Parts: sequence; C-alpha cells; structure tokens
Amino acid sequence: MAALQKRVGRRAMPWLFLLPNFILFAVFAFLPLALDLVYALTGGDQLSLSSRPFIGGENFSSLLSCGNYLDPTTCERDLFWRSLFNTLLFVVVQVTAMVLIALTTALILNRNLRARGFFRSLVFFPVMLSPVVVALIWKWMLLRQGVFNAWLENVGIAPIDWLSSPNWAFFWAVLVSIWAHVGFYVLILLAGLQAIPRDIYEAADMDATGRWRKLTRITLPLLWPNLLVVIVLALIRGVQTFDEVYVLTGGGPGSATKLIVQFIYETGFATQPRLYGLAAAASVCLAVLLIGLTLAQLRANRRPVNE
Amino acid sequence: MNSLLTFVSRRRGTHGSLHWTDWVSYAYLCLGTIAMLWPVAWLVLSSFKSEGQLQDFPASVMPYSQVKVDVAGMQDQLPLFNVKTTDGTVTQMVQIRRVGITAEMAFPNEPGRTIEVNIDQRQPVTETKFAWGNYRDLFHSSDFVGYAWNSIFITAMSTIIVLFVNSLAAFALSKYEFRGRSTAYVLSIATLMIPPTIVLVPLFLVVNQLGLLNTPWGIILPGAATPAGVFLLRQYMLTIPDDLLDAARLDAASEWKIYWRIVLPLAAPALAVLAVFAIVWRWNDFLWPLIVLTRDDQFTLQLALNSYQGEPQMQWSSILAMTVLTLLPIACVFTFLQRYIQTGIAETGIR
Repeated sequence: MAALQKRVGRRAMPWLFLLPNFILFAVFAFLPLALDLVYALTGGDQLSLSSRPFIGGENFSSLLSCGNYLDPTTCERDLFWRSLFNTLLFVVVQVTAMVLIALTTALILNRNLRARGFFRSLVFFPVMLSPVVVALIWKWMLLRQGVFNAWLENVGIAPIDWLSSPNWAFFWAVLVSIWAHVGFYVLILLAGLQAIPRDIYEAADMDATGRWRKLTRITLPLLWPNLLVVIVLALIRGVQTFDEVYVLTGGGPGSATKLIVQFIYETGFATQPRLYGLAAAASVCLAVLLIGLTLAQLRANRRPVNE
Repeated sequence: MNSLLTFVSRRRGTHGSLHWTDWVSYAYLCLGTIAMLWPVAWLVLSSFKSEGQLQDFPASVMPYSQVKVDVAGMQDQLPLFNVKTTDGTVTQMVQIRRVGITAEMAFPNEPGRTIEVNIDQRQPVTETKFAWGNYRDLFHSSDFVGYAWNSIFITAMSTIIVLFVNSLAAFALSKYEFRGRSTAYVLSIATLMIPPTIVLVPLFLVVNQLGLLNTPWGIILPGAATPAGVFLLRQYMLTIPDDLLDAARLDAASEWKIYWRIVLPLAAPALAVLAVFAIVWRWNDFLWPLIVLTRDDQFTLQLALNSYQGEPQMQWSSILAMTVLTLLPIACVFTFLQRYIQTGIAETGIR
C-alpha cells in the first residue's frame, strides 16, 4: 500500500479510498436507476436490452388506462389499480394507527416509571425480527385451528377464517406490520422527548401548570418536528411494504391484500411471460410517489433548524 | 405489607405515591408486554410440540407428553391413563394393549390383573415435556443445514465487505480536504433515495450480466455500499482529532496505515453499530434474495421458510422449529447489543 501511495501520490489517496464504494454505488444504484426508464419504455419479455423493442409510453398508458378511475375492474391493468388502492388504504390506516400508538407509548415511556428500559426493549425487539419470521409467528396464531380461534371458542364465538376473509386479512396485515415496526418509531419519538429541556417543565411547575396543559402546550409543540419526521418516514416505509404481508396472506384472499411492490414483483419475476417493461413502469410510478414523500421528509428535516 | 405497597408504588427519585396516571401507564405497559411477548412465546412453546399435538384444538399452552411407567415383567414402558370406572372413581392404570374401541388396562403394581375398558373412559396422564424432536429432525436434514450455511455465509461476507468499503469511503470523506468532496458526499447519501424496491428489474439485469444469479454474491455485492453506513461512520470519524493523523504523517506513516492502524481502531464503536445493522439487514433480507436465488440449494433460511409455508403439505412442526432457529441469532444479537442498537437508531434514524 505504501508503494501504491508513492506511485499515485498522497493527494490521490482519498479518491482511491472512495473508489470501491463508488463503483458499487454506480453499478448497483445509479446505473439501475437509469436503466429503469429504459425498461419502462421498451416492451417484450426479453431481459437483455438489445432484444427489447422501443414502444414509447405504451407501458405507462397500459398501466394508467382506466374506464373509471375509482373502479379498478374497469382498468386495463386492474391488478395494478387494485394494488395501488390497497397500498394507499394500507398506508393511511397503518401510519395513522402506528404513529398514534408510537406517540402514546413514547409519552408513557418518557415518564418516571420503573423498568422503563425493559419496556423500551420489549416494544423494540420485533423491529429486529425478519419480516418472514414475523409473518409466520402471526400466521401460526391465525390458523383456523390457531390460538385466537381457541380463545374465541372459550367465550362462545364460532371460529373465524381470519386470513380467508378479505376484510380480516387486511386488518391483520395492518396490525402485524404495526406490531413489527412500531418500536422503531417509539425510539425516535423517545429521543425527541428526552431532548426537550427540563427547565421548561420546571418553569411550568412554578406556575402550577396542569398535566394536560403541559402536554398540549409544551410537549406536543416541541415534539412536532420529530413527529413530522416519523410520519414521513412511516409513509415512505409503508408504501414499500411487501415482505410480511406477502408471507402472511400471499396478497390474498384474491387480491385483497396485494400491495404495489407485490404487483411489481409478480409482474416482473413471478408470472410468465415476464413483463419487465410493465414492472419497470410500475416501479417508476412508485418512485414518483416516493420522491414526493422524500421531498416532504427533507422539508420536515429542515424545519427544526429554521426554528 | 403496607411498606411493601409503598415500595412497589414508589417512583424513582421522588417519594410521593402514585398518581392515577401512573396506574394507567402501568396498565398500558402490561397490556403492551402481553401483546409484544405472547406471539413469540407461543411460537417457541409450539415449536416443542409434536405434529400430533399441534393439531389439538384448543391447544394446550405447554408442550406435553404422555407419562410412561415401568411395569414388572414388561419389556417396554407402558402408557399411563386415568381410568374412570363404572362406580365413578378415577384410578391410574397402564394400558397393556388396545383392540378397536376397547383397551386392556392393568394396575401398574399388579400387571397380571387386567380389565377391559372402553377407550372413551380413559384419559392419558400427561406431563409438561419439551420435545426436541422437531429440532433434531431439522439438523438431520441436509436441506436445513444447507440453508443455514447460505444464510451465515451471506451475512458474514456481506458484513465484512460493508464495514471495509464503507469505512474507507467515510475515512476519505471525513479526514481529507479535496475538491469535489462535498459532491462525493452528497452522491453517496443520495443513494438513500434509491430504495431497492424501485430498481428491481434493472438491478436484476445487472446481476444477471455479471453472472451472479443464483450465487450468494448476487445478494452480497448490491447491498455492500450503504449510504447509511457511510453517513454513520463519517459522523463518528469527524470526532477523531486530525492532530493524531498529522503526528502519524510526521512519522512517515502511509495514508493506508493511518486508516488501518489509527482511524479504524478509534472508530470501533461506530463500526460495531454498523456491524449489527449489517448483520440484521442481510440475515432478514427477503425480497431481493427471492428474486436472485431461485434454485433450492441456494436458498437462505428466509426463502426456505417462505417456500415451506407455501407448500400444500406443509408440516408446521418443522416450520415452527425453523422459525425459532432463524430468529435465534437475531435475538442473541439484540440481547447483548441492544444498547448500541437503540442509541444508534435514536441518533441517526437509520434502520
């Protein structure tokens, strides 16, 4: 290595250090990003670019052509629209419920309670589990012969096929993904809560401020920047949900829990013929959604600096 | 008793008694504990049950097995039952043999005297017992060992490469002044905005052209340069004083030696955090391996679990045991390193 430095000179060394990282970024991130558009604008079922005919915006118009945009069955690609609707509904319900639970939990864990560290670790540990493991843990409990139905039977309710009913399957997909991810957001909110200066509360105590007033007038306004980051982060992750829902329900029953990433995966890799162009076009649509959310995140991140 | 109550209800620091909001908080946390812990506990308990027991409805909480006892004059141990006799009393008897719906039962201490009872009149005597059979079967199947090896290889290799490549880049970006440095930094962070879900198709082409399909490297290399890793390490390396590096240069140390001997050891805490993340990322990886690894012998544990649970003739007994074994390494990492993980996440917002 010393010999190498002699040959290229000391000033070139940082570039040399950056090189492996940049080769990897270029080959596995920037190049694919550019190729995404190439795929989206070409047709056929061949992977190699030279044997793909250019078809312009046909993939996009196929994805986006609908008789009535509120009714997926009238669309040329009804599965795309159905998965898009599912994703939007999933994200709205999941993020709302998860942020509320995370906020409540963080506020409680920020109190002067016993065994706080234990509870914090407890709510966090599912974040580390693999989505496949999470899905199987819940699938095992949701079987017809599973433990939930055993409890229901104990109180005299007939067993329910949780994952075969569209509404229940959707409910559990949301619930399981909240269970798996809420700890991450609790941690971020808790860090935000602990950064609020103590003396503000002491000053409030001197004025005999009530608990509720302290919460709504001090804690929540000062936590707002963190809360905004958490919401946007949860939205970005939520839109990309795939693993745990796919293993839990397989997108079913029917296509009741099929999300947009599953549509991309199945269109491009799991059905014959492999419609790479269509999958890439759907990826571009997803990317547009994510860029919007990321810009929102950047704004959310900038706010605390301005204030 | 009264003092015990005050001890339990005392808050840290203060000596006042509990406000009602404290009780509500504790109640919430207890419910939360059950909600977070029960699913995993149920998985682990179930993994120790035989396939037959797993069909029980409603299932027993603890895994059990039928008690078997030694009986004089018999070679094998005989199963023990609670037999309800005609007069309504219940006695423990062993079963000699069973023919159709009647069973020949005997008292354990006098095996010569047998009576015949209807099988509806007896209940097996059970004891809590963890059956390791599901786990033993897994380790005897070459498939499982192969999947586990694939997962371990991918995780270990990937972690080493991530640490090496990202720390080199972070070193260059934090300890050198050169033209284009901020551009280089922004470019590496910008890849945060290219989540793998939106480049699946072209990434598949790239990996295919490089001949990496159905090899572990098709998983390891695309995930090796992580913007999050560069960010985390650079933030930490900025706190290492430049004087140290200058002193080493005066002693004619090469730039590589400065990186290897000074910066890397000093950045150990940040490297540890990144290592934990890298392990968890790769071990838990699912979507990309699902696309790249299509041959059964290349499957990771996650893929194997997914394909097992999709089979029509799935055996929950082996799936449950495999799920526990897949969860175990992460559980160990979490138990021992959770402090690092939690501060790492709280400080950087990276997962």
